[in-house]
Amino acid sequence: MNKLVVSLSPHVHSGDSVAKNMYWVLAALVPALICSFIGFGVGAIITTAISVVSCVFFEWAITKFIMKSDKCTICDGSAVLTGVLLAFNMPSNIAPWIVVIGAFFAIGVVKMTFGGLGCNLFNPALAARAFLLISFPVQMTTWPVVGQSFNTYLDAETAATPLALMSQAFKGDTTALSQLPSAWDMLIGNTGGCLGEVCALAMILGLVILLVKKVITWHIPVSIIATVFVLSGLFNLVDPIRFANPVAEILSGGLMLGAIFMATDYVTSPMSKKGQLVYGVAIGALTVIIRTFGAYPEGMSFAILIMNAFTPIINQYCKPKRFGEVPAKK
Amino acid sequence: MKTFRIGGVHPAENKLSAAEPIKVADLPKVAVYPMGQHIGAPAKPVVQKGDKVKVGTMIAEAGGFVSAPIFSGVSGTVQKIDTVIDASGYAKPAVFIAVEGDEWEETIDRSEKLVTLKDKPELTPEDIVNKIKAAGVVGMGGACFPTHVKLTPPPGAKPEWVIINAVECEPYLTADHRLMLEKADQILVGVDLLMKAGKVNKGFIGIEENKPDAIKLMTEKAAAGYPDIEIVPLKTKYPQGGEKQLIDAVVARQVPAPPAIPVNVGAIVQNVGTAYAVYEAVMKNKPLFERVVTVTGKSLAHPSNLLARMGTPMSQLIDACGGLPADTGKVIGGGPMMGKALVNIEVPICKGSSGVLIMNNEEARRGEPQPCIRCAKCVSACPMGLEPYLLATASSMKMWDKVEAEDITSCIECGSCQFTCPSKRPLLDNIRMGKQTVMGIIRSRQAAKK
Repeated sequence: MNKLVVSLSPHVHSGDSVAKNMYWVLAALVPALICSFIGFGVGAIITTAISVVSCVFFEWAITKFIMKSDKCTICDGSAVLTGVLLAFNMPSNIAPWIVVIGAFFAIGVVKMTFGGLGCNLFNPALAARAFLLISFPVQMTTWPVVGQSFNTYLDAETAATPLALMSQAFKGDTTALSQLPSAWDMLIGNTGGCLGEVCALAMILGLVILLVKKVITWHIPVSIIATVFVLSGLFNLVDPIRFANPVAEILSGGLMLGAIFMATDYVTSPMSKKGQLVYGVAIGALTVIIRTFGAYPEGMSFAILIMNAFTPIINQYCKPKRFGEVPAKK
Repeated sequence: MKTFRIGGVHPAENKLSAAEPIKVADLPKVAVYPMGQHIGAPAKPVVQKGDKVKVGTMIAEAGGFVSAPIFSGVSGTVQKIDTVIDASGYAKPAVFIAVEGDEWEETIDRSEKLVTLKDKPELTPEDIVNKIKAAGVVGMGGACFPTHVKLTPPPGAKPEWVIINAVECEPYLTADHRLMLEKADQILVGVDLLMKAGKVNKGFIGIEENKPDAIKLMTEKAAAGYPDIEIVPLKTKYPQGGEKQLIDAVVARQVPAPPAIPVNVGAIVQNVGTAYAVYEAVMKNKPLFERVVTVTGKSLAHPSNLLARMGTPMSQLIDACGGLPADTGKVIGGGPMMGKALVNIEVPICKGSSGVLIMNNEEARRGEPQPCIRCAKCVSACPMGLEPYLLATASSMKMWDKVEAEDITSCIECGSCQFTCPSKRPLLDNIRMGKQTVMGIIRSRQAAKK
């Protein structure tokens, strides 16, 4: 008779895998990519492709030549995902070499130096975006407008984004808010902005996919969006000329992209549901504060990066509710 | 629909043998009885080589209060007292009996006639507990905790309900399901006896909704004669058969962390198989020497439910179900979530043997572990509200103070974390190691205080 395998229980597994989760997130990003292609033309596809190829290349090269490991980690899909998310945080008409630098920073500096998948402190795509925003402020904030012909790439027409208008309004431009696109235009993506963030509807469709496939839970995205809505709503009530209405706030900028795809990054977000709510509310509040009072009109990326740094502390203090602590019901 | 409130997973049910009526297994040639079949002190042999025994003869007496006697399930001659490798993988002292015929002790009532408490109103709670104790009845769900101990609450604790565990949340296993369909009347008498023994007025039988036929039958039978016994349908979710999870699901009370026990919140939990064994012990004078075993697996020709005498080697039951498949990679005593992988298939059926599960080569291997991506799925799955990723990592780093502070001793080792982990990490392996070490540290600390 064959020798029997002896191992400890459990002897069955759910069949879930790292790659499955990563590929479902990628699938959830497809609607946004399609919207982006329709809005910005082929530049959206080219920028995404360059970013993905560079991220995968850097991960492969670092694993093979620096870490000297035979294990192929690119098949788990995490480098592909970082590539897509990085591209989604850039304008579609950005120069290719800037994309490559961003990919190197995301994978080489933020991810692999900390030990690769699961070990990074900060979201690689977001940290790279912040790095590029500081290094190339002009290229990173020249936003193309939607409705360009399909073959548009580096030659895209550009215009101020809704967020820039909101920022101007706060600084005293009393007509800025009246130039805001309608909520409907922002929802369907009929506005300017970076590659992945323009169509809020595509983002919400992505959220539905992630929730149905149980890749993420509702706690982080809902707490961020609700916090931004409530806080900006309060500001708007105080002074509607200087502060945009809360619907425009949650539909504009990278808010949906950040709340649904960036803040929910497994590695850099808290483990317990309680911790995830704390994290989400803090990101929402920081986003409103940075957008309103900060130097950059974009608040989401920085808010998430700041809270990434707090994640270990949140994990320390926000424990799940232990069994037996629930007060007895009579 | 009711269920427990924290965590849980839903493994593929694979109840292959749910429609198979219970069949009586053939007698073995040699029956083997390990002395440690229950939680607590091992039993002490009271027979010697050459002694003649009958079916139902006591061959070992209880080794203490938390212990249980062991009875022969066969008639024949004691061949030797030696060691045998049991389901735990360790060699344990055991009594070997060469089988001759099938002669039962005369005291056992072998008739099919149903005897209820109405027929024997003179039984006092103490009588019932003593009969259960004398018949060697232990928890039949797998943990094998001596039943009379649970019916003897510590001072200060007052039981309010008897909760019968009929959820059978382990995938593949169907022994309890079949028992309910075929022995519903006897089980209800058993529950009635347990309620009288525990001096409580209310009994619950928790059954998962994946057994609608059992829920219907038990509800009808209970309505017809047992107004104090309520059938509680539960949402199918693992590990609902965990004692603490079942209490939470049925009466919405959570047993505090150890050293608190279920009776501190008013619950006495017994398995449905135990209720049947209690009926037989008290009403039929029949000690615990046979049980229903599910023999199952995707490659097995005929997954079945067999009524087997204890001491029968598992290989014989597997042969009765079509023989060991050629692609067998692993044989598990019990279910796939908490069962133990067997070193060989000659392991005898014991009081806690609820199933024999055969896995093929492919199913037998674990996936390659990958780095933890901190997805928190283990945290969501943990029914005790623990953080498995943290406990596993800290245990592997031997941070005993840390894991003790993080409540590692509350872990019930259900395996939900490892089942759900996308990175296929050996979470429970590490947590078990940490839990064992911390419990050792706690014991030595208590010993030093004394």
